[in-house]
Amino acid sequence: MSETATKSGVAVEKAPAVEPQLESWNRPGVIPTDGEGELLEVSMGPHHPSTHGVFRMDVALDGEKVVKLKPVFGYLHRNHEQIAESMGSYIGMMPYTDRLDYFCSMTNNWAYALAVEKLVGQAVPERAEYIRVILAELTRVQNHASAIGFLIQEMGASGTPLMYAFKMREKILDLFESLSGSRMMCNYMRFGGCRVDTSAAWLDAARKVMAGLPKFVDEYEALLTGNEILMARCQGVGVLRPELAVNAGISGPMLRASGVNYDIRKVDHYGIYDRFKFRVPLGDHGDIYDRYMMRVLEMRESIGILEQALKEIPGGPVMDPKAKIRGFKPKPGEAYGRIEAPKGELGFYLISTGGVEPYRFRVRPPSLINLTVLEDMCLGHNVADVVLIFGSVDIVLGEVDR
Amino acid sequence: MKTVEEIKAAIEAAVPGAGVTLLPNASPSGQHSLLLDADHAFAVAKFLRDDADLTLDYLSNVTGVDWLDKEVTEKVKVAKQVPKEVDGPEGKQVQMVEETVEETRKHIEPGYLEAVYHLFSMKKKHGPVVIRMRTKNRTDDVELPSLTPLWRSAEFQEREVFDLYGIVFTGHPDLRRILMWDGFKDHPMRKDYVEPDDFEYEPTAHDKVLERHKQHMAKTGPGEQPAAGVTA
Repeated sequence: MSETATKSGVAVEKAPAVEPQLESWNRPGVIPTDGEGELLEVSMGPHHPSTHGVFRMDVALDGEKVVKLKPVFGYLHRNHEQIAESMGSYIGMMPYTDRLDYFCSMTNNWAYALAVEKLVGQAVPERAEYIRVILAELTRVQNHASAIGFLIQEMGASGTPLMYAFKMREKILDLFESLSGSRMMCNYMRFGGCRVDTSAAWLDAARKVMAGLPKFVDEYEALLTGNEILMARCQGVGVLRPELAVNAGISGPMLRASGVNYDIRKVDHYGIYDRFKFRVPLGDHGDIYDRYMMRVLEMRESIGILEQALKEIPGGPVMDPKAKIRGFKPKPGEAYGRIEAPKGELGFYLISTGGVEPYRFRVRPPSLINLTVLEDMCLGHNVADVVLIFGSVDIVLGEVDR
Repeated sequence: MKTVEEIKAAIEAAVPGAGVTLLPNASPSGQHSLLLDADHAFAVAKFLRDDADLTLDYLSNVTGVDWLDKEVTEKVKVAKQVPKEVDGPEGKQVQMVEETVEETRKHIEPGYLEAVYHLFSMKKKHGPVVIRMRTKNRTDDVELPSLTPLWRSAEFQEREVFDLYGIVFTGHPDLRRILMWDGFKDHPMRKDYVEPDDFEYEPTAHDKVLERHKQHMAKTGPGEQPAAGVTA
């Protein structure tokens, strides 16, 4: 492989010889080319409109076909974990977690609160648990709707599907705003409960939004699910086999699209998820279309959970009265808490040495780890499909780079 | 699921010679961890993944921890020869007598870097099993075996630990920096990391900026005073 310059001045590589496949962990390596012509190296990003932020893919192309793809991260890196370890308090990090996956600040809050509650053995009152479930499922609905919107946008349908999703998302964000004071940076949950109680009027408004959701999903699906272009572009593209998905630590809708039944709400029963009846949708092919379908079906299941939660929500306090707020210093120890965030397993790993701030604060970012198999899914497909495959992973760069 | 003690026993039976230490966790989370010795860690991890009872097929979280050198003060009882006045045959005289004396001693426990792995099973739906590995020190002997050949999910996460903590994972197929840029020198998550003096003068200076400006000027000397709005 020697670098030569073409007439156009673009540095390219000679077509590599066929490399042997690496064994146990299914890495495809460089896929064989026909050996004719030259490979073109393209740097997609960091300001490519399809990259959801600042993200770069170094792609080697044989004609239109992708033969190598290396993701490049770090453009949005701000050392989130270092900030937490020099924050001076545990609660001070709560608003920062909003900025991880800024589409789902409620679930980020919950994951962090859950990890700290595990660390100190803090109980959460029942009403707060219900509020958390309601907020998390609302978050899931709006996240999945927007993720589909972005995916369709990348397919070339500029505007309409995304704006359609945003119309509904805005209603949910209005609910968040009236409860927490902010649309996206909610900073709502606390260790041992929630910051403020929901009023009866808020619950009624939530019921009203929820009542409109099934119709929204129906309309959305009527536009998209049977759409010929969507099917042609998505079916059989970017296939992820279940063995590789498990081995590569993929989680969330992307894992279940490959047919692996693993939903942390069902496995860990964190919060009060064992009280609700819901099913875990599973895919069959592991392609983009299945990932799209998972999100649609999960929205429907979330609406079911919302119905149950909004019906059964009990009265009572939203904050455990025994929860320590001032002088919060957990005893030495460590805890790993995780939840099923809309994008996958969001975990927080905390080590306390008895100080006012965590000695070690680690975010397990589903967005970053779901990108591990990006190259495997893209090899052999066209550049235009890379954009779609990347969109179907559903990432937010605030969480990837931290 | 098996308890940590049972897992430890199973490992010791399956991988002869493996050094496994149980590290208890005092937190109510009750997530105790197993410390593996670096030489056998790969074999042990392979056993944890492939064993029919455990089937820990899902490596969820990989991370690093930096433990600095620790100065430990402890009180030790030592036998010592102490001069003492004793009644002898010719009146009082000084004689060396052995006595136990309490002494405070200081010694430095060397720091190390630690890699922590959280394992779950998707098949059996249990977990987490926490395994850890420690480097010999924080400076030159920082190699640990990579578990990426067993679990692909470690690929980016071990790169991140290498980038931010400087643990070198041997056997990793593509160990490059991931979040910091390639030319970056230090490992910013280490506890003794010092921020570089990348001071820029801001025309709307507030207290913290003025303080940093003063420190920067003390280092670089006068005569380089930037005009307002011009970066130093």
